[in-house]
Amino acid sequence: MSEKDKIKTLLVKKPLKLDCGQTISDFPLAYETYGKLNDKKDNGILVFHALTGDQFASGTNPITKKDGWWNYALGPGKAIDTDKYFVIAANVIGGCMGSFGPSDINPKTKKPYGTNFPVITINDMVNAQYNLLEYFKIEKLFCVVGGSMGGMQVLQFVSNFPNKAHTAIPIACTASHSAQNIALNELGRQSIMADRNWQDGFYEEQNKQPDKGLAVARMAAHITYLSKAGLQEKFGRKLQERDDLKFSFDADFQIESYLRYQGSVFVDRFDANSYLYITRAMDYFDLTKKFGGNLSKAFEKSNTKFFIISFTSDWLYPTSENREIVIALNAIGKNVGFVEITSDKGHDSFLLNVPDFLNTVKNFLNKSYEKIS
Amino acid sequence: MKKEFYNIAKLITKNSKILDVGCGNGELMKYITENISKDIRGIELSKTNVQKCVEKGLTVIEGDAEKDLKQFPDSSFDFVILSQTLQAFLDPENVLNELLRIGKKAIVSIPNFGHWKVRLHLLLKGTMPVTENLPNEWYNTPNLHMCTIKDFENYCKQRNIKINLKNLKFQNLFSELGIFILEK
Repeated sequence: MSEKDKIKTLLVKKPLKLDCGQTISDFPLAYETYGKLNDKKDNGILVFHALTGDQFASGTNPITKKDGWWNYALGPGKAIDTDKYFVIAANVIGGCMGSFGPSDINPKTKKPYGTNFPVITINDMVNAQYNLLEYFKIEKLFCVVGGSMGGMQVLQFVSNFPNKAHTAIPIACTASHSAQNIALNELGRQSIMADRNWQDGFYEEQNKQPDKGLAVARMAAHITYLSKAGLQEKFGRKLQERDDLKFSFDADFQIESYLRYQGSVFVDRFDANSYLYITRAMDYFDLTKKFGGNLSKAFEKSNTKFFIISFTSDWLYPTSENREIVIALNAIGKNVGFVEITSDKGHDSFLLNVPDFLNTVKNFLNKSYEKIS
Repeated sequence: MKKEFYNIAKLITKNSKILDVGCGNGELMKYITENISKDIRGIELSKTNVQKCVEKGLTVIEGDAEKDLKQFPDSSFDFVILSQTLQAFLDPENVLNELLRIGKKAIVSIPNFGHWKVRLHLLLKGTMPVTENLPNEWYNTPNLHMCTIKDFENYCKQRNIKINLKNLKFQNLFSELGIFILEK
């Protein structure tokens, strides 16, 4: 079985008008499913992934051979219990795990799109994934859930399709990307673009890879996913396999070595142009824009029950930004619950083994499902 | 369940829209959900209690009543419940105003500092009263603004807040707890 055979793909024939003005059609949307859709088709959950995630949320990712990115939360008997629910996860468009993305071949030029790929938005990603509901003939999902950029997609989904999900769990996210987060994304993009091998985005035609730039982008981003306390506790000033400082620029400290490792493994699984496109989509995300700055209006038509979760040590998408969503929903009398989970693991908390978080998700889902079924 | 909760629940109209401010572990909300109205949600400060509410399948918002009531529009609930926490707020006057703004009716309960046991304790022992309802010592009590049923009634009268109260003298002496329905 070749690598590509391990990826399930839906060929979306219906034209999709992107926010940038271009229209795409006949494009591939890679997806994976876990669990079984029941006869009533009322147990469907659509999971949205974050910046560097993909459709392989649970089990072993057949391409990278690593654990699925949401293995702690998703699987048989877990918080999102695939013995009970039918979970669909897709690779976002612009991504690099089988969905339509910048490394695809442009039929006109017979070369990879590179930076000729259209700029996509969170709205485009969600509209593309909506096709999966029709494909699986699901009238209404039980839940849409995701963290970080996945949470933004949850918000966008409910706003676009107000009656297509009974419940929604946006986790550690925002309704409008902050200046700080745009700045951090720009740092990553500039790092990629500064790599000589990037070649204005047409590196694949020249058999080059901007690995150094992409690795530095990942290293910088990785720091933002952790907390100061978490880093201090895990690494402190511990030295890497040495008894004393070497008075050089080697990785003397464990934290340096750890970040270098994170950077080096990332380039093996991720495409630099996808990183540019997806961070751009996050930066462009402002759900209030279409509604004159009034976030409540984005949810006016929805009857979805929201449950919003943030983490105490997340400084990338802090509780205050998550709370803005709660406030907007309360202002129009929508059904919304909110919990801030105590964790020193920073923004990454939603991906890790944080029992309070996992229990909360499990309880919310199971109790809500009792009510609808 | 506490007797107080049954008494509060009795005051609530069927299928009305309710907010329980400081809903604790959700015991009262659960009872109301199962017996009176499903359209209920709570605000709770304690993370542990918020978790307990989620376990019960209740809609709860982690938050602080002193800061977070302002997000709700005017008259957005038929009933807003505040059980025995008014005296613990830094600014109870502001909280009461908010309750009456967001709720068509507010159900407020207070531990009565005018109860005869409390009066007797202070009179005879000369120390701050410690009773079943007021179990803390002066140095660790969360209660910043204790009042009596009479105080509370005077407060409402001065501000033209409608309050249901009969036989004030008797109640102020013999009730450990005052439960009131307030309306602007």
